[in-house]
Amino acid sequence: MQPTSLAFKANVKRALDDKGLQSALAMAKGGFQQKRAEAAANLPEFEDLRDAAKALKDHTLDHLDLYLEAFEANAVAAGAVVHWARDDAEARAIILDICRQAGAKSVTKSKSMVSEEVGLNEALETAGIEPVETDLGEHIIQLAGEKPSHIIAPAFHVTKDKVSDLFAEHHRRPRVEEPEALLNEARAFLRDKYQTSDVGITGANFLIAETGSIVLVTNEGNAELTQGLPKTHIALTGIEKVVPTLDDAFMILRLLARSATGQDFSSYTTILTGPKRSDDRDGPETFHIVLLDNGRSRMLGTPFQDMLRCIRCGACMNHCPVYLTTGGHAYGWVYPGPMGAVLTPNFIGIEQGQHLPNASTFCGRCEQVCPMRIPLPKMMRHWREDQFQKKLTPPTARYGLALWAYFAKRPRLYHRTARVAMALLGLFGRARGRFRSLPLAGGWTGSRDMPAPAGTTFQAAWQKRRGRA
Amino acid sequence: MSASNRGDGLENGARETVLARMKAALDRGDDATAKETVRARLSASAPTLVPARADLAPEGRLQLFIERAQAVQAQVERIDTIAELPATIATYLRRHNLPMRLVRAADDQLERADWTNGLLEVRSGRPEPEDAVGLTRAFAGIAETGTVMLASDAGHPMTLAFLPETAVIVLSSDRIARAYEDVMHAFRASVRSMPRSINLVTGPSRSGDIEQTLQLGAHGPKRLLLVLVDEPSAEGPIAHVGVPKTHT
Repeated sequence: MQPTSLAFKANVKRALDDKGLQSALAMAKGGFQQKRAEAAANLPEFEDLRDAAKALKDHTLDHLDLYLEAFEANAVAAGAVVHWARDDAEARAIILDICRQAGAKSVTKSKSMVSEEVGLNEALETAGIEPVETDLGEHIIQLAGEKPSHIIAPAFHVTKDKVSDLFAEHHRRPRVEEPEALLNEARAFLRDKYQTSDVGITGANFLIAETGSIVLVTNEGNAELTQGLPKTHIALTGIEKVVPTLDDAFMILRLLARSATGQDFSSYTTILTGPKRSDDRDGPETFHIVLLDNGRSRMLGTPFQDMLRCIRCGACMNHCPVYLTTGGHAYGWVYPGPMGAVLTPNFIGIEQGQHLPNASTFCGRCEQVCPMRIPLPKMMRHWREDQFQKKLTPPTARYGLALWAYFAKRPRLYHRTARVAMALLGLFGRARGRFRSLPLAGGWTGSRDMPAPAGTTFQAAWQKRRGRA
Repeated sequence: MSASNRGDGLENGARETVLARMKAALDRGDDATAKETVRARLSASAPTLVPARADLAPEGRLQLFIERAQAVQAQVERIDTIAELPATIATYLRRHNLPMRLVRAADDQLERADWTNGLLEVRSGRPEPEDAVGLTRAFAGIAETGTVMLASDAGHPMTLAFLPETAVIVLSSDRIARAYEDVMHAFRASVRSMPRSINLVTGPSRSGDIEQTLQLGAHGPKRLLLVLVDEPSAEGPIAHVGVPKTHT
């Protein structure tokens, strides 16, 4: 996927004018936020589980190569084929090769952000293979020719009206409007696709080193039909998804749905080990697992290693004032919100992703709700420092900071100048009590007034008070 | 098998490159100690923290299971013996105006019921797209979230609980455990190796993808009927797995 992260500001302007998007974003507060808070409050062990899950994942990442080797050995022993991909191009090549060998004309897919990351659908289409997204949200945006705007609710930004139009056009059926009727129509349409697809492609929520299994979590049950009906199953996932044991996966699963949708547990949690057994009545004959690096190993041993704990629940974006104003598309690449602001520069480079770590008020809510306690604001600060060093920060900001630093390092000069400035601002602002516009502060006064200061500084007031005492 | 299953024809040493990148970045020094840590961690698995919610006597666990399952829109029926199963399912299907026909698992316990009484048209095997009702049996239930655990084998195709619009899952009341870990440890002690597919099912299929409104029956079943059988099961109750005093 071609990133548009550099056009962040233009993307945001468009998002602010999008009424459908703004009403969807407004709903998220009562929905995602409230449901997560209730689910967390209903489990007394929730905070302890977060601590334990963080410790577990830190331990796993410190031994990532060894756990992946164990996973591979056990998966292979169970009859799966394990592939390794250094980057997106290798992942696409491996999957296309498997599809060609299977003689695939059409593949069904259950939602996978990693498949978005490697641009799999475009590659399949170019190779003459029809990719069919089966997650309802993914199906909607595939018909619309769009990209997901949220990692767990990909069609979050699409109104019901738009869904009706899309279904009527692409399913070639009379237009229906009720959510239930829309769901039934998509269900019937996709049923046929499951039956005729040659290959099923899924992601994986966890890799279990102990057993060589993958774990899939869905609410719709589409992953089960995607992997269970065709002759070939391919699971594409990042190398950071491994955990040592099934017990470890259950611990994190207790956090995943609660943090994502506020459910105690998703409808379907599926543990897959190897392909169809000789006497099984269903399941794929071959089971491929593609382990993708694509910049992840580069994060190990750096301040960004913590980001590899991410379980893709979406809580950070559901609680982010910036995401909830701009939506996901403004971020311009696969991963939006605070997790995207940290991940995107790692994957596509800080030059391309330079606006994203700055699209934050540093309110800290993302870190507060992150089930894996990822210090997202701290990592955005790392990116800002990196940008400054690489001179990617705009000149006005750099000179502004240099000017401020000059005064900050000279306290006397600073106080004297501040006194003069406050006296002047106080004098000019006294009549209205606020400024409609100020030179060099157009960014602030463009959408709100700047309150006029009291005319004196705190330091000056304090000294005066002490002199009086 | 293992050499060919590593799929290293196309990847041109990608495996070695990725592993080498990780080893270099992690820079652990003494690798023997790290290997021993990982080996020990993988060979002695135990849950770290199990919520106290379902730490109840059997009757309390059963009540919690029913409450949680109903909270996620599963329907729950209780019967005294497996002999009542066909009539219970027939009543349910009639009430929902569904066809009186089902495909079921080839399962010892299900076969103890009399399916020849003319109420239902029944066959065993894997479901076809036109099958409207699937019936299978769970290995156990989990009180914590009203979840049932299914394991695939020759008699229990995974698709029975996913393809038909209505899924009926039978479970012995005395097989309702406290937590997921208890069930997995009991299951793995009862089999030689992992089955292809283990499914933890918590309510029927659902989606919130159209304007964040909950809809049932996105792809999997629209309806989930759990039938609890109160007669003692052959396998008996499921023990709690101990949580070690000191955890990592």
